[in-house]
Amino acid sequence: MNNLHNQLIGTWTLLKKELLRFWRVAFQTVAAPVITGILYLLIFSHVLDGRVEVYEGVPYMAFLIPGLIMMSLLQNSFSNSSSSLIQAKVMGNIVFLLLTPLSYIQLFFSFLVASIARGIFVGFCIYLIATLYIDLPIEHPWIIFLFAVFGGGLMGAFGIIAGVWAHRFDQMSAFGNFVIMPLSMLSGVFYSIHSLPVSWQKVSQLNPFFYMIDGFRYGFFGQSDVSPYFSLSIVILFFIVLSYGTIQMLKSGYKLRG
Amino acid sequence: MKKAISFKKVKKSYGQLKAVNGITLSIEEGEFFGLLGPNGAGKSTLINMLAGLVKPTSGSISAMGFDVIKDYQNARHSLGIVPQELVFDPFFNLREMLRFQAGYFGKGKSNDAWVDEVIERLDLKEKASTNMRMLSGGMKRRALIAQALVHRPPVIVLDEPTAGVDVELRQKLWAFIKELNVEGHTIVLTTHYLEEAEALCNRVAMLRAGKVVALDTTTNLLKKFAAKNLKLRLSLENAFKLSSIIKGIKFSADSDFYTFELKKIDDIGKIISALNKASIEILDMETVDQDLENIFLKLTGNKV
Repeated sequence: MNNLHNQLIGTWTLLKKELLRFWRVAFQTVAAPVITGILYLLIFSHVLDGRVEVYEGVPYMAFLIPGLIMMSLLQNSFSNSSSSLIQAKVMGNIVFLLLTPLSYIQLFFSFLVASIARGIFVGFCIYLIATLYIDLPIEHPWIIFLFAVFGGGLMGAFGIIAGVWAHRFDQMSAFGNFVIMPLSMLSGVFYSIHSLPVSWQKVSQLNPFFYMIDGFRYGFFGQSDVSPYFSLSIVILFFIVLSYGTIQMLKSGYKLRG
Repeated sequence: MKKAISFKKVKKSYGQLKAVNGITLSIEEGEFFGLLGPNGAGKSTLINMLAGLVKPTSGSISAMGFDVIKDYQNARHSLGIVPQELVFDPFFNLREMLRFQAGYFGKGKSNDAWVDEVIERLDLKEKASTNMRMLSGGMKRRALIAQALVHRPPVIVLDEPTAGVDVELRQKLWAFIKELNVEGHTIVLTTHYLEEAEALCNRVAMLRAGKVVALDTTTNLLKKFAAKNLKLRLSLENAFKLSSIIKGIKFSADSDFYTFELKKIDDIGKIISALNKASIEILDMETVDQDLENIFLKLTGNKV
């Protein structure tokens, strides 16, 4: 009845539905964050280009782009899984998933991959538009790919946790406004942490977003504030811990099955 | 005959509240089974435990022999659940939603023809490409039934399927559900409409405060609890007078109609001769079968 072939179809169906869900409202889920990212780029580069050189030989506008791409990627990966779950819970249609034979691993996998896909798609759109303004080197494409996948995955898993935990839209907004936004804005998107006082450098190093941005930027310029391999280890570690937590949450039926 | 559904000593507590308090119940394959009870009797909790939406505090539940917790995947393949609330996914149209639902059960493209057949049988063909948000309440109700059928489950559970549905649609849904039963599906129906259970179900369980208070075939239940009633239209000014004339037989009055609860057929003779003696004219007379509603009220002491 529930053989491997059926399970693959089930997983693919949920993944396809999650991808279509954000694509159907691409104006809101893709165009809006791309425009926000480009506005950040234009305003900050207009104000600071030529006055600030964070890395030697790298214009400020170029420095800014990988950080903005990664910030948008992370925020959108989080939004995809979290908004899908909270909407389904508030609308009541989460029941359609809960009545099916889909296992907690299948649910986790589909929501996670859809989140990564949306994050990367938004990031790629920002990259394409940004390259109209400036040439951006790509020193280590595999590093870029790994940070994009694990960073998006980490935030996708975090989004599942938030979506399962929250039962009202205002609780979900609190996650975005009080956790995701401050952590991403204070992660070194707009500056190098070496420009900060030592105490704030230490505080920044407690922020997992810092490692995701710094490592991702290394992929473009071959320069970073800390070793990209150390950053990648931190990101993978966070990804594993959050994924484990998410899987346990889904397995137990926490806030989903009474 | 194989058991389609089995509840064994099932309990579900929410703190001090015992929503389901030790229910043991089996439903055979091919049955049309009704689950009746007032609000808070435990019907929906029982269905939700069967569906895997709620975990029982103790006891075991199986669907087509598969434990709903230990072997939940096979159990859920066996069940098509129609939820009570009119829920839908606002991002998709009806056909997409049904194909996704079938896909979750591992049904691929080869199942699309069946999805289209379900759409047609539920008279939704014209709305197949319409976004779910744009469907009327009745159409959304039919869409929910369609969703429960897309993976061809042998057991279909309908939680209040005709709540808030107009008379015409109710009749259509009854006919459709009957058809499914004739085709071999086991049907479990929870309902507030006792006439619905009486018209459709072969067997019913009546629940009160999380316990089964009656479980039998609909016919037996009607026989067991109800002799016929005698309904008379009398030219009588004061009903109080009647209780002094006819002793030992309960009756109720509704304007000039008086309904007597007959314990045995001889009671008719007693009533008529007592009325004749008191020179009370009988204007009209009929015997009335008890219905499930009366039995239900007797057993649960609740209004429906």
